[in-house]
Amino acid sequence: MQALAIQGLKKTYPGGVQAVKGFDLVVEQGDFFALLGPNGAGKSTSIGVITSLVNKSEGSVTIFGHDIDTDLEAAKSYVGLVPQEFNFNQFETVLQIVVNQAGYYGVPRPLAMERAEKYLSQLDLWEKRNARARELSGGMKRRLMIARALMHEPQLLILDEPTAGVDIELRRSMWDFLKQLNKQGITIILTTHYLEEAEMLCRNIGIIDKGELVENTSMKQLLSKLNVETFIFDIQGDHQAIALNGFTTRLIDKHTLEVDVEKSQGLNSVFRLLDENGVVVQSMRNKANRLEELFVTLVAQGRQA
Amino acid sequence: MKLALYGTALKSILTKEIIRFGRIWVQTLVPPAITMSLYFVIFGNLIGSRIGQMGGYSYMEFIVPGLIMMSVITNSYSNVASSFFSCKFQRNIEELLVAPVPNYIIILGFVGGGVTRGLIVGFIVTLVSLFFVPLQLHSIAAIGLTVLLTSVLFSLGGLINAIYANTFDDISIIPTFILTPLTYLGGVFYSISLLPDFWQSVSQINPIVYMVNAFRFGFLGISDVSLWLSFSMIIGSIIILYTWALILIKRGYGLRA
Repeated sequence: MQALAIQGLKKTYPGGVQAVKGFDLVVEQGDFFALLGPNGAGKSTSIGVITSLVNKSEGSVTIFGHDIDTDLEAAKSYVGLVPQEFNFNQFETVLQIVVNQAGYYGVPRPLAMERAEKYLSQLDLWEKRNARARELSGGMKRRLMIARALMHEPQLLILDEPTAGVDIELRRSMWDFLKQLNKQGITIILTTHYLEEAEMLCRNIGIIDKGELVENTSMKQLLSKLNVETFIFDIQGDHQAIALNGFTTRLIDKHTLEVDVEKSQGLNSVFRLLDENGVVVQSMRNKANRLEELFVTLVAQGRQA
Repeated sequence: MKLALYGTALKSILTKEIIRFGRIWVQTLVPPAITMSLYFVIFGNLIGSRIGQMGGYSYMEFIVPGLIMMSVITNSYSNVASSFFSCKFQRNIEELLVAPVPNYIIILGFVGGGVTRGLIVGFIVTLVSLFFVPLQLHSIAAIGLTVLLTSVLFSLGGLINAIYANTFDDISIIPTFILTPLTYLGGVFYSISLLPDFWQSVSQINPIVYMVNAFRFGFLGISDVSLWLSFSMIIGSIIILYTWALILIKRGYGLRA
């Protein structure tokens, strides 16, 4: 079953700005899909069309088999949206916000109260249920939007930059929560600026730039396109220069060595050569997020094409 | 099944709206009582005692229905205008736009909120008026129907105003420059039969004349215009404004990019 099927989607805003230039995309049921792209690429516009906050100019969008042009209400009932910007009434309490939202989806009040307790507790907000939304911290507001989006128990959860401005600890707990939801069978589409987030969570990925989909593949396949990775070695002793036959190396300081490793070369030979040179390695890490390198490359390629 | 879902959605919007104006009752329910008390004292008692009778009733008795209607009109209008515009401003209207709520339920929910506030304020002002004049009832049906339909009409007006509004100023322009003059010239303080022929004809294009007169008929049994014409005008206007609001929301005017 396709959770989402987009065909030939185009959006031109009044004034002539073409935010989405026509792309096709399919997200299967149960997937954890990342939609990546630089600022202004058309991610939020696409999500706006899917959630009927933006009127499309051309194309079709189908959610769990329901076309948004002909069967909008049914299509909407499958989707839960966590938008990028806070969009709740700042003067309402946490409980009012989530219970009202459930009501808009036809969830009767007693059931809405049960779900409110369940999701607010899972997101550590139950203690704050009677606090007004404006009194919450930024992280709490983000979690409130997730709880609100889950109140009608959607099959497709769309999160537009859900961890923007959230500290690392909270971000990781949100990742765990989203992974759990996905395990329960909820299809998740995520846009994010944190590429590490996409790599950690998502199975499939679409990269969008200037309103066009420049890549749509599985995370595994995408990462396999990465030919060269740079590793940083923290080394012991004072070294003036280190040359490793067949590898490009850069000694950043006396204790830090960078080595470019091609996919065909492997790390074993690096360690063997380091050993032969009498270099003792204390620790090692990737220089940059692997996905980030690919993302920059793909977007650059797309712009040159 | 669908009707049950829509019913829950409507109840949710309505409850939210009532809680909203109830939370700020000092701003929403108290001011009309104070303003109308001043009208009763100044126009009814102090000035009215020198005016004498109008339509066979004391001036105070004559203006009470019009003043109740005036408070219903302004409160119904401003409730929906400010509530809907706040939803746009804070973007929490998106909570409704992403949900499977038909557009007519959104309209009914907000209009229901405006009508509820209008009727509560109308009831409060009626209670205040009892300190000044005894209550006279000629036709409860005319009173109920007029106040309900008028409240619906002006709630729809407030909704359309809020849909078009881009700033908070935009939701005060119509009440200040159109609604208030039309209300004051709508026969609240005088019988239009006192006006020269030309101004009587001009008054007849003011819809508020029909509402005030139908309402006054319910209390006193007197009216400058035909009751049926009044109801036809109000119902016709409701149909036009409802259709207008429905088209705007369906197209997403000011709501969807």
